Amino acid sequence: MKRYLSLTMVVLISVVLSAGMVFAAETLNGAGATFPYPVYSAWAWQYHKETGIRLNYQSIGSGGGVRQIINRTVDFGASDAPVKPEELEKHKLYQFPAVIGGVVPVVNIKGIKAGQLRLGPETLCGIFLGKVTTWADERIKDLNPDLKLPDKKITVVHRSDGSGTTAIFTTYLSEVCPEWKEKVGAGKAVKWPAGIGGKGNEGVANYVKRKRYSIGYVEFAYAKQNRLAHVVLKNRSGNFVEPSFEAFQDAAASGEFAPEKHFYLWLVNAPGRNAWPISGATFILLAREKKESNIKTVRFFDWAFRNGDETAKRLVYVPLPESLKNRIRQYWKDNGIYQ
Amino acid sequence: MTRGLKKNPVDFLFGTLTGIASLSVVVLIGGIFFALLIESIPAIERFGIIRFITTVDWDPVAEVFGAASTLYGTAVTTVLSLLFAIPVAIGIAIFITEIAPSFLKGPIGTAIELLAAIPSIIYGMWGLFTLAPIMEEYIEPFLQGSLGRVPLLGILFQGTPMGIDLFTASVILSIMIIPFTASVARDSFNLTPSIVKESAYAVGATKWEVVKDVVLPYSKLGVFGGVVLSLGRALGETMAVAFVLGNNHQITSSLFDAAATITVSLANEFTEADTDIYLSSLYYLALLLFVMSFITLAIAKLFLLRAERRYSR
Repeated sequence: MKRYLSLTMVVLISVVLSAGMVFAAETLNGAGATFPYPVYSAWAWQYHKETGIRLNYQSIGSGGGVRQIINRTVDFGASDAPVKPEELEKHKLYQFPAVIGGVVPVVNIKGIKAGQLRLGPETLCGIFLGKVTTWADERIKDLNPDLKLPDKKITVVHRSDGSGTTAIFTTYLSEVCPEWKEKVGAGKAVKWPAGIGGKGNEGVANYVKRKRYSIGYVEFAYAKQNRLAHVVLKNRSGNFVEPSFEAFQDAAASGEFAPEKHFYLWLVNAPGRNAWPISGATFILLAREKKESNIKTVRFFDWAFRNGDETAKRLVYVPLPESLKNRIRQYWKDNGIYQ
Repeated sequence: MTRGLKKNPVDFLFGTLTGIASLSVVVLIGGIFFALLIESIPAIERFGIIRFITTVDWDPVAEVFGAASTLYGTAVTTVLSLLFAIPVAIGIAIFITEIAPSFLKGPIGTAIELLAAIPSIIYGMWGLFTLAPIMEEYIEPFLQGSLGRVPLLGILFQGTPMGIDLFTASVILSIMIIPFTASVARDSFNLTPSIVKESAYAVGATKWEVVKDVVLPYSKLGVFGGVVLSLGRALGETMAVAFVLGNNHQITSSLFDAAATITVSLANEFTEADTDIYLSSLYYLALLLFVMSFITLAIAKLFLLRAERRYSR
C-alpha cells in the first residue's frame, strides 16, 4: 500500500512539474535594475490580467541584469545605466529606454521650504566637492538674494551603496563641472571627497531629514513621497526649474536619443527650456538572435507604452514622451521585432 | 564493505548516509573557497596580494582597489564589539547562574535567547532609526566632552558626531553577540559541580570569591568558546552594520568617523558592480574574509584543544 502511495506521489509531482513547464512557455523572464522594479511589476500584473502572459522580473541590480543578458539566461535584461554602443555590438544586444527617473537634491535648512533654495551647477558641484562649506557662502547667496541663509556648516549626504541614482548624479556633475570630472568622475560608486553615506534612498532621506543644514540627493519619488525640501536647479538654458513630471518629460523629449546608437544617452543637462537637468532613462536589453522572445518582450513594452502611463505616474515614475515612444517603435520595426 | 552490506544492509545504508552528510560540509567549504579564488583571480593578478592588502584607495571610477581600509574597519568593529560585549555577557551569565533568585532565571534566560533570535536586518533598521540619533545627540557628545579631553585617548573621539560611525556599529554588534557569549558562558558555569561550590561556601567564601576562584577557573574554556563564537559572528555580520557604518573606504583614528568593513562593502556594492575588475575585487575581499575567519577560528580551536588537554590531565 505504502509503495503505491509513493508511486502516486511521484506521478503527481511530475504532472505538476510538467504543467509548470507548459506555463513557462507563456512566461517572460527579465532581470536587472532595482529602480524600475515597482513599475515593471505593476505593469506585469496588469498585463497578465489582460493577456494571460506572465512576466517574471527579478530586481538583482543593473550589473547583474547586464551580465545575465550577455550570458543569455533571461529574455531581457534591465539596466539603469545605458550600455555603450560598442559593448552592444560586441555582445549582440539591442537596447531601448523604458521609463524615466530623476534625481533631486534635497536640503534641510531651518526656515527654508521645498522649492525655495536655488542652486546652479557650479554651487552644487562646489558643495559636493567640499569646497563650498557653509550655507552663507557668497556663491549661494548670489543665487538667493531674498533668502536668509544661516552661517552653518554644510553636511553632505551621499549614497553608501552602488546605485544608478549615484551614476546619474555623478554623470551630471562630471558634465557640468570639469573639476569634478577630473577629481572624482562618474559611476555607480565613486570616491566621495566629502560627506557621509546613507544606504539606499531611504538612508539618504533619513539623514537629510535628521541632520540640520544637510544636503543629499534622492530619487524623485522619494523626495516627493517623503516631502523633503527639494532645491530649484538652474538648467542648461539658464532657467531655474522645479522637479516635476513635466520637467522630466521635457528633458526626455529634448534629449538626443538616437536609434543608431541604440538610444545610448545619459539624460543629464538636457537642452530643453524647462528640462530638469539631472534625469536618466532606465533601459531594456535584448539578445539579438532571440527573435521569438524579443517579439514577446517588445509586445509587452508596447502594451506598457500604450496603457501604462497612469500606473507609472501613480508610482511617481515619468513615462516616456510620445515622440520618444514612436522613435523606439520605429527602432523595433527596423530590427524586425515589432509585430 | 560488501561484507558490511551483507551483514546488515540497514546499518550500512545508515552509515553511508551520515558519512555523505558530513562529507558534504567539507566539499561545500572547499567549493566555496575554490569559487571565491577563481572569481578573484583577475584582481589578484592586477593588484597582487601585499599591494591589495596595503592599499587604502577604493576608487571604482579609476579602477584602483585596495583592502586596507575595509580590513581596518573589520578589525576595529570586531575588537571593539568584543570589548563591549564580553564583560556584559559574563555578568549576565554569572547573575543567572549564581545570583538571581530562581523565579528570575527562566525569564531572563529566555529574554537573552530571544535577543539572539532577532534577525540582523531588524538590528540594522533599529540602529539607523533609533540608536544612531541617540548616539549623535547624547552619547557621542558626552564621550567627546569627557573622554575626548583626555590626552592621547582623545584622538579616538574627534570630529563631529554623526551617529553613523565605527562606534555605533560596534555597539550594535556587541548587542548582537551578547546572547551568544552569555548563553555559552551560562551553560559552562552550570557545569561547575555544585559540590565544589557548596564546599567553598561552607568554608566561608563570599559569592564574589566563589565566582572568582571556583566558577570562573572551572569554566574558562567554555567562556572562551563562547567568545570565539561571538568573534565569528562579529567578523561576518553584515546587514546590521551596513546600515550604520556609512561604507566610507578610509582609515580613521576617530571612532566617530564612517568606515567600511568587508561585509559592508560587499552588501553595498555587489549588486551594482559593473566592471569585471570591480566585481573581482569584491570577490577578493570575500576571499580575504573567508581566510581571516578560517584562521581565527582555527587558532581558537587550537587554543581550546591545548587547554582541554592540560585540563584533563
